[in-house]
Amino acid sequence: MPPASRRPAIRVDLKVWGPFLALAALIVLATLVNPAFLNPSNIVNVLTRSAFIGIIAIGATFVIAAGAIDLSVGSMAAFIAGVAIIAMNALVGGAGAGALIVAAGIAVSVGLGIVAGGVNGVLVTKGRIEAFIVTLGTMGIFRSLVTYLANGGTLSLDPAVRTVYRPLYYGGIFGISYPIILFALVAAAGAVILYRTRFGRYCSAIGSNEQVARYSAVSVNAVKTMAFVIQGLCVALAVAIYVPRLGSASATTGLLWELEAIAAVIIGGTRLKGGYGRIWGTVVGTVTLTLIGNILNLTGAISVYLNGAIQGAIIIIAVLLQRGNGTRGTG
Amino acid sequence: MWFKSSLAAIALGLAAVTATHAAEEIKMGVSIPAATHGWTGGINFHAQQAKERLEKQYPNLKIVLVSAPDAARQANDLEDLVSIHQIKTLVILPFESDPLTDPVRQVKQSGVFVTVVDRGLGDPSIQDIYVAGNNPQMGRISGEYMRKRLEGKSAKIVVLRGIPTVIDNQRFDAFMKAIKGSDIEVLASQYANWNRDDGFKVMQDFLARFPEIDAVWAQDDDISLGAMEAIRQAGRQDKLFVVGGAGMKDIVKRVMDGDKLIPVDVTYPPTMIADAMEITAGKMAGGKETKKEYIIDSVLITPENAKQFYYPDSPF
Repeated sequence: MPPASRRPAIRVDLKVWGPFLALAALIVLATLVNPAFLNPSNIVNVLTRSAFIGIIAIGATFVIAAGAIDLSVGSMAAFIAGVAIIAMNALVGGAGAGALIVAAGIAVSVGLGIVAGGVNGVLVTKGRIEAFIVTLGTMGIFRSLVTYLANGGTLSLDPAVRTVYRPLYYGGIFGISYPIILFALVAAAGAVILYRTRFGRYCSAIGSNEQVARYSAVSVNAVKTMAFVIQGLCVALAVAIYVPRLGSASATTGLLWELEAIAAVIIGGTRLKGGYGRIWGTVVGTVTLTLIGNILNLTGAISVYLNGAIQGAIIIIAVLLQRGNGTRGTG
Repeated sequence: MWFKSSLAAIALGLAAVTATHAAEEIKMGVSIPAATHGWTGGINFHAQQAKERLEKQYPNLKIVLVSAPDAARQANDLEDLVSIHQIKTLVILPFESDPLTDPVRQVKQSGVFVTVVDRGLGDPSIQDIYVAGNNPQMGRISGEYMRKRLEGKSAKIVVLRGIPTVIDNQRFDAFMKAIKGSDIEVLASQYANWNRDDGFKVMQDFLARFPEIDAVWAQDDDISLGAMEAIRQAGRQDKLFVVGGAGMKDIVKRVMDGDKLIPVDVTYPPTMIADAMEITAGKMAGGKETKKEYIIDSVLITPENAKQFYYPDSPF
């Protein structure tokens, strides 16, 4: 009897804590590989870098928990960044560079993100097209639009605006950069919405079984659309801190971000088939992914040709670890 | 029998009509990679410019410009150029060398004059003209500059490479050869995929890993832009310098303005597509003599000569 009663406890532990343990192991490994890893500046770099994918992945947690998927986020980020840059460049001529222009640029991003997410959501729900297909389509559309807007080159932010905007990526409070702060705020908001609101529970219910949710008087279409809108908003927020980093957008901006975001969500313990989502797991998953790249750059031991293979292997192992022990016992 | 032979006669007659018609108009197909990266963006821009210019210059020349996002779709483009547009001559910048060798051979076998640009084909005997940048030279010039700047300082440098390809290896090998025997130490090299974001990330990690770096060879201007941001963030812009490559207008501008962080740049001009189109058009429509091969030299851009490499209207 005792083993049977103990087993579920272990399972719950691993599911929730698995990603955290994997991250801890990776941190130890990184420190062994190169003590420079523990430099505060390196830690801040890694976390700041995680913020883009992290914020997008928090949005993706909602979409995936609701049983859908959004492949368009990387292209959407590039498109939004491009339009925001064009808007700010246009405004600077009349008004001169100032905080107001940056605020306008962010407002444009947020508006565009909400609209783009809404379009994805409505096509999936009202249009009754698979989310995979809709977002595969919009992925191509957003990517060509940014290439078109940039005339095949790079859209660069006006230098004067850059000077004003730059601190939003490079600055911070008490040594913690603004992207990290935004990442934390978005994660906290995401956790509250997913775990503590009716909307959050509906997301998981729809992902678990859409028909049952429908019969339970959940307005499936509205909730699903809203999940895509949250995703779009998250992409816009990520763009708001991406633009000040390099002050440019091009056809290669955000390439494969959709896959990184999905990988982060899955490493964090959310099921790809939907049904439940884990915001803090997603946060840890994102940091884990960024950390792998960082560690590989901190050591010269592994051939650079194998970077992709190492990252792939760690993604698979991380997911194996967190579900292996849980399901094997019960069969 | 009667029916068959009359059909053949009609077909022959039609062929004769099209043949005489085609002799008046020369159709040139230009197939290039889509503008998914700064340099290919430049290629698209200069190809478009050359199309407009050459069509004005040669009234009997018609240019069809197509771009493809990958090798497979470029092969499709080639089929369309031959079957739909019935081109007489082709200028191609192959996405990848080996996958496009046979598709281009096919085009050649249908009687088309072929000019290959930059990335060669697996079988060079297919091409009538070859126009390319000089990758080994680009690496060598960068290496020689490093050597000159850092001579006698036992300097430490890092290298941000492109994507694992033949071009990248040629540049890298020539660079390493150029600094061989000097006291320059290459601390590490890493792929940054000809991309700003990756340049930023890889450079951040290098700066964390190595407290002392005297110079960076970034091999591509997109990468060097990202790397320079990381260097500025770490506050080490006064302790090192970056050597990039390609000739992006933002970088050329900085060299022109005497930016200490990026004192020089090495060209790998996207204008080579325009050169190739011009040479081919000159041969086909203007009856000019051509060589078999044109290698466009890489040049060191310094504050003194930067002006002549600055194209403010180009997207690259």
